Amino acid sequence: MSTITPDTKLDIGHNDDPSSNYLTCSSGFLSWAFTLDHKRIGVMYLVGIFTSFFLGGLFALLLRIHLLMPNGLFPETWVNMNTYNQLFTLHGAVMTFLFIIPSVPAALGNFVLPLMVGAKDVAFPRMNLASFHLWVIGAIFFLIALFTTGLDTGWTFYTPYSIETQTNVIAATIGAFILGFSSIFTGLNFIVTVNTMRPPGMSWFKMPLFMWAIYATAIIQILATPVLGITLLLLMAERLLGIGVFDPSMGGDPVLYQHFFWFYSHPAVYIMILPAMGIMSELMSVYSRKPIFGYTFIAYSSIAIALLGFLVWGHHMFVSGQSPMAAVIFSGLTFSVSIPSAIKVFNWLATMYKGNINLATPMCYALSFIFLFAIGGLTGLFLGALATDIHLHDTYFVVAHFHYVMMGGTVIAFVGGLYHWWPKMFGVMYNEAWGRFFCLVVFIGFNLTFFPQFIMGSRGMPRRYATYDPEYQIFHQLSTLGAIVLGLGMVGAVAVLVWSLFNGRKAPANPWGAATLEWTCTSPPPFYNFEHAPHVGSPYDYSQLKYDPQVGGYVKDPNAKPASDHH
Amino acid sequence: MQSILADTMFFPPERSSVAGSVDGLFDFIYYLSAIFFVGIVFAMVYFVLRYYQRPGHKEEPSPSHHEVLEITWSVIPSLLVGVIFFYGFTGYLNMREAPENAYEINVRASKWNWLFVYPNGAESDELHIPVDRPVKFLLQSGDVLHSFYIPAFRIKMDCVPGRYTSTWVIATDTTEAPDPNDENAKDGHLPMNLFCAEYCGEKHSAMRAKVFVHEPGEFDVWVEKAANILEGRSPAEAGEILFKRKGCAQCHSIEGDMSAKYAGPPLNGQWGTERKVTARGTTETVVMDENYVRESIRQPNAKIVEGRKPGMTVFTPQLLKDDEITAIIAYLKSLK
Repeated sequence: MSTITPDTKLDIGHNDDPSSNYLTCSSGFLSWAFTLDHKRIGVMYLVGIFTSFFLGGLFALLLRIHLLMPNGLFPETWVNMNTYNQLFTLHGAVMTFLFIIPSVPAALGNFVLPLMVGAKDVAFPRMNLASFHLWVIGAIFFLIALFTTGLDTGWTFYTPYSIETQTNVIAATIGAFILGFSSIFTGLNFIVTVNTMRPPGMSWFKMPLFMWAIYATAIIQILATPVLGITLLLLMAERLLGIGVFDPSMGGDPVLYQHFFWFYSHPAVYIMILPAMGIMSELMSVYSRKPIFGYTFIAYSSIAIALLGFLVWGHHMFVSGQSPMAAVIFSGLTFSVSIPSAIKVFNWLATMYKGNINLATPMCYALSFIFLFAIGGLTGLFLGALATDIHLHDTYFVVAHFHYVMMGGTVIAFVGGLYHWWPKMFGVMYNEAWGRFFCLVVFIGFNLTFFPQFIMGSRGMPRRYATYDPEYQIFHQLSTLGAIVLGLGMVGAVAVLVWSLFNGRKAPANPWGAATLEWTCTSPPPFYNFEHAPHVGSPYDYSQLKYDPQVGGYVKDPNAKPASDHH
Repeated sequence: MQSILADTMFFPPERSSVAGSVDGLFDFIYYLSAIFFVGIVFAMVYFVLRYYQRPGHKEEPSPSHHEVLEITWSVIPSLLVGVIFFYGFTGYLNMREAPENAYEINVRASKWNWLFVYPNGAESDELHIPVDRPVKFLLQSGDVLHSFYIPAFRIKMDCVPGRYTSTWVIATDTTEAPDPNDENAKDGHLPMNLFCAEYCGEKHSAMRAKVFVHEPGEFDVWVEKAANILEGRSPAEAGEILFKRKGCAQCHSIEGDMSAKYAGPPLNGQWGTERKVTARGTTETVVMDENYVRESIRQPNAKIVEGRKPGMTVFTPQLLKDDEITAIIAYLKSLK
């Protein structure tokens, strides 16, 4: 940990070439695999999670294509009920544990957060590297499960089925257990970084909102993840030793398992969505060229969501046989957590008011997020209300709801954020027209995939079914068609970025005119991030920046007056 | 509360006394959400069209916070979700508390079928209930978690191994399987679907049953007839039902499977053949005939087939009547 004061001259990096950056300062496999540089670790996470994303996406496409026909499209010898059960389980497990939980915090957060505080790294660089290595080891255990006997428990590992199934539950739970440590390390690092490494002048309420979001997320990662670890250890002990905590034939309680599981996994939903909300706050402000509206409300609502998120796990269990009293209490608490989310949406909208809205690709994703997340959030009301949840629980309505939140929310914000920080990360500009085009394809494909699922779910179609009644076929067909469009859109969106690595125009330091500190260093950043310690200003004050056509980006306006609210 | 959306794409038909109120609440949330959603999207689209970046356009100063506005848009949604919560939980309490005079049916879920046991001992794998009368379902599971779900009734409850859970319903319409030859039967509703909604392993999606709702008199006739398996069936057919229902199939293969998966010897193709058995420590040879089978059911440990261990349930006349043994014998004779 090092303190940076204004005028500190920092070491440029491993070699003395002034044009060198974190990508070029050293080369070779080992210089990446054992780097302590948060930027390289972020990039490695990015590669890892995208590999997982496409693996999980492939499972999703296979099962959606299988569902084209009521009795399954593929012949029994290819995809029977067992194969189907493994497909949906691995889709869920890979997407949750390997992709979405580490997506924003570990990949983008790792890259951006130290730059945002003007530091040369996170507080504990070695722990940061360890978190990535743990992620890789966890991923290997998932692959072991996949290539041995598979896994067919659903990503929730509900007992007693997970105790008696012949598939490789042990490998998968060891994988999830290790990934939990990876997540805890990341969270711990961010908390210490935000607490101790903020530069002079950056008080709590001068922090970019992305930092608030990552901070709130880190609190959940540290407090909730150990519970998952203990639960998974108990599950392993149950399978290997038959200790009888969850097994009813030995006096155990399967509902207890659900309490343990959701005590982690509901807060985990906020590990997924809070950082995405942080990205949204940055994007809406930068691309509207307006200070974020209601900064304090947004900052506090992140913390409120993190804390209230711990109290609502029981809403996954309204029909599990828990007491009616518990169900009523959990229902009430569930609604309380919807308010801070609603506040954020209104604030983002208000930020656009009287702005100068730049419809660049990241902003297109941000607008897409608001549309999809609004649907995801509002359909949560049907599931929080007890009487309607009884009917909708464990149907496709739930599947549609959480995909609107997780994918329509987190993944869309993640891709938007990735486009936003891409020029900073790799020093190249992508093709705007293609970027926007694939954003539109993703948006259309997404709605076509998941909207019909609300309808078939409310008509009674249960989830996790390999075969179904013909009355639901039309909805399944629309959904599958959408999934194919969505898949093409995602591949296209990533292809645009990869293409830019080889053909993109060189990116200026600040292509979007953002006022947070990461845009003050060159793109891509030098090995030690900043040549001079950056000067801390208001993160959402754009009056100091003006567009310079020669640079192709924004530079500090020499004539600008200092912002009035800047201390 | 009656539902406006009930006959639209969102719902299966309403066939229970609570379905209307569930759908009513659904409608209420639906319209409320629609208003908010349209508002949000409208504001977003309006701002984009009004303020998009174009030559000559510049951002204008506006307040970066506005406490009255922010408190308003926090308090109003809070009140609205309070209302939703209230109707959600009052509706729920109605669905949880069965009236005391409810007709009680035991539901046993296991991989991957449903068994319904009626107060008079009748058993069926499809659900039959009387119309307009509270029916309570006492749910059990024999292995893993299952979930008892009838969309047309809007009821669902998990079946948890090791404990009892329950739910109840008043069906409002009868079902009749439409008979294409009968002009008058065209209005009859089709039997409804009953699904397992909690993932329970390989054949989870095959764990479905049909629900039939009868006029009260008709139901009494059905349940009486269902209790008496022997009537109206050939002895071999009745024997097959009993063989499965009384648990014989759990330990005896009827496909010649000798593996340890089945504790008892396979029973197909055995009729009239000789076998070596251990009777009180001595080995003797017996022929598989009526008397041997009857003895093996009443006193399973008397003569154990060589290589097998004793352990079969002793079926007293209370568990299995003599008539029923006769039916099982007829069934065993028919197994090739």
